[in-house]
Amino acid sequence: MAIDYIYPDYEIVRNYDRCINCRVCERQCANEAHEYIESSNKMVSDDSKCVNCHRCVSLCPTRALKIVKSDHTFKTNANWEGKSIKEIYKQAESGGVLLSSMGNPENYPVYFDKILINASQVTNPSIDPLREPMETRVYLGAKPSKIERDENSRIKRNLPPHVMLSMPVMFSAMSYGSLSYNAHESLARASAELGILYNTGEGGLHENLYKYGKNTIVQVASGRFGVHKKYLSSAAAIEIKMGQGAKPGIGGHLPGKKIVGDISRTRMIPEGTDAISPAPHHDIYSIEDLRQLVYSLKEATRYTKPVIVKIAAVHNVSAIASGIARSGADIIAIDGFRGGTGAAPTRIRDHVGIPIELALASVDKRLRDEGIRDNVSIVVGGSIRSSADIVKAIALGADCVYIGTAALIALGCHLCRSCHSGKCNWGIATQREDLVKRLNPNIGYKRLVNLMTAWQHEIMEMMGGMGINSIESLKGNRLMLRGVGLNEKELEILGIKHAGE
Amino acid sequence: MREGMFRNLSGCAISGIISKSGKRFSGQRIIDSITVMHERSNGLGGGFAAYGIYPEYKDYYAFHMFYDNRTAKKECEEFLEEHFDIINLSKIPTRKIREITDEPLIWRYFVTPLPTKLAESQLDEREFVARCVFRINTCIDGAYVFSSGKNMGVFKAVGFPEDVGYFYRLDEYEGYCFTAHGRYPTNTPGWWGGAHPFALLDYSVVHNGEISSYDANRRAIEMYGYKCTLLTDTEVITYIIDYLHRKNKLTFNEICSVMAAPFWSTIESKPQEEREELEFLRYTFASQLINGPFSIIVGFEGGMMALNDRLKLRSMVVGEKDDMVYVASEEAAIRVIQNDLDKVWSPKGGEGVIVTVEKGKI
Repeated sequence: MAIDYIYPDYEIVRNYDRCINCRVCERQCANEAHEYIESSNKMVSDDSKCVNCHRCVSLCPTRALKIVKSDHTFKTNANWEGKSIKEIYKQAESGGVLLSSMGNPENYPVYFDKILINASQVTNPSIDPLREPMETRVYLGAKPSKIERDENSRIKRNLPPHVMLSMPVMFSAMSYGSLSYNAHESLARASAELGILYNTGEGGLHENLYKYGKNTIVQVASGRFGVHKKYLSSAAAIEIKMGQGAKPGIGGHLPGKKIVGDISRTRMIPEGTDAISPAPHHDIYSIEDLRQLVYSLKEATRYTKPVIVKIAAVHNVSAIASGIARSGADIIAIDGFRGGTGAAPTRIRDHVGIPIELALASVDKRLRDEGIRDNVSIVVGGSIRSSADIVKAIALGADCVYIGTAALIALGCHLCRSCHSGKCNWGIATQREDLVKRLNPNIGYKRLVNLMTAWQHEIMEMMGGMGINSIESLKGNRLMLRGVGLNEKELEILGIKHAGE
Repeated sequence: MREGMFRNLSGCAISGIISKSGKRFSGQRIIDSITVMHERSNGLGGGFAAYGIYPEYKDYYAFHMFYDNRTAKKECEEFLEEHFDIINLSKIPTRKIREITDEPLIWRYFVTPLPTKLAESQLDEREFVARCVFRINTCIDGAYVFSSGKNMGVFKAVGFPEDVGYFYRLDEYEGYCFTAHGRYPTNTPGWWGGAHPFALLDYSVVHNGEISSYDANRRAIEMYGYKCTLLTDTEVITYIIDYLHRKNKLTFNEICSVMAAPFWSTIESKPQEEREELEFLRYTFASQLINGPFSIIVGFEGGMMALNDRLKLRSMVVGEKDDMVYVASEEAAIRVIQNDLDKVWSPKGGEGVIVTVEKGKI
């Protein structure tokens, strides 16, 4: 019906002087946006099918293609923007919930971009990481609550379960199923080489990847997919997923068409059934229930592994975190409202939750005010985009960060935000065999290693500039940060001064 | 502006002398030592810590107080009377000299906690005293306890250290250990409380450096009930030492392995037993690692500890002669009082020098 016609947001521009009709674009596009017209010996494109993933642009041998934002417009209206109008057309037609992927793209403040980092001048020397040792190693886990000595007055080395990382970064939870096997293998192998951890998400752990167990966090989510004794015992740490930044308050969804073969086996559910995780854990309706699950998992693994509780950053996040820190968890992971996802209802992704910078600052302060910061480590994600974001997060009080989107971008993701379609042209968020094999894990893992190595160098450079040669001296060191263009309240919550102060 | 309202970065000179046999000597020697390093201070702060100077009152806490005015004194004395038995009180004797001006009221009290109050608090005696010190310093406007140990005392002011020593008549005191500090702050402190040494109970610290881990250390230590009111490195270092030594019962050797922890690569090269212990300390007390340049001399009951940051970004020299051990920012400051040394060396970064008086000699 004409009333539902929506002009495409992006247009494929083909330079016919360059196009040689090689049909690469046609073969590469899982959305079938390109077509060869034999009769006219010409390539044509259907803009309405294009998701702007740049696969064709990247592979076009003559650089004949580009994607541009359409200048087609509704009548200018500061209140009713084109996006709102189009969404209404879609819902009026379908009667359904709007779905989206990846993180919140809306224009909310990014506090990391309003925070600047310090450097030493005169009174204190900066340290050159090329010439001096520079330590980025971190441990995650609770601190011993008291010092005990044996009969020879030697300190008893009774450290609680913990994990060691070569740098304060981990790959965040992205399930096998939402991601392809090759993407998962890349993450696992990169973690092993880097000495960090990746996270299985709620999709279980493929049997081939058990060998990377000591670099693996296994997740226990509300659907309990793929959770069994061996799964828990194989890991370095166990994460209870209470919430996710992209969709606080609801559970994960993986459509039945993605539940095929190994995925069905790994998740321990029949092929073709939708894997719909309940919104809450039905055995956790309150904080005391969480404590029971934490200790159940600890019992199951004989108290050898730290337990992470992951929550979405919501309004009263500091009170929630404070409760978790008293419930046996060793690590709290907080996911900000910009965190990515394979699929989420658009309204939830774009309107629920709070920025991670504010959540982190307020949780770190609350735990210190209550004297329980040593009970737990804090990991933050959603969204960390660069080494500078990491330095800022650590200085605000985090022990470590989770990166998801950045890792996928390293693997080739172009942030077209169409993961929910299952037709990822880059072989990342798809289970279609022909697409999955486009991601070569031998190359993928290397790119992840490269990215992390580069970030580690940058972190060291920034630390050295501040005259700090060990990451623990950066943790919570908020005097190393200054705000620009922030109001008094924002500065108060972040616990930092304004630039110039 | 007062110290505590802003963060005042400083360069400095430090010096310390101790007799291992507990022999008492005049404070003139430490004045002579710190005088040589005049150029390392800029006249905006100097001070001394002296151990073994109050043998006749050695069982009582000696509170040295600065008062801005009589109201503060009255209020503070009411507080002291409520919580302590005051054995003796007097003005601290000083000499009027041209170089030292704007002096506050400077008083000394020898006190012991009232048994009823102590029992009521359910705290051990030293914790009770420490909390009273925090209470006075944060709640009584214009009153400041700058020394609170037994058989020791801190003497400090705004001025060059040699003038401060003369002002406080330090030459008239005898002790088994003295430390000194000359300050080169980047901003003008208007207040004597901001001078160094900084002390809590019998722990005193003189420090040369500017630590880059300051806010990480401050926010961590404040979680354990300490209140950093001066915003100086020395204050936070003192609290870290108190926390590790008094509250966690670490030895001074272990404290060195926390504050100037060896690099992980060094730890990994150690034999298993030692490696595990160092790992344990670094894991447990990660937030007490002090980063950036520092050289410190810590005075405590019956001993003295000198320590450099792990990269040795500040100068510090140690000299020995018979039972005497000398530590200073410059060798000249040792040579001026003892040129005939048995041994003189620069400790490596992170290598603590711990000197204790033989048992039973104090």
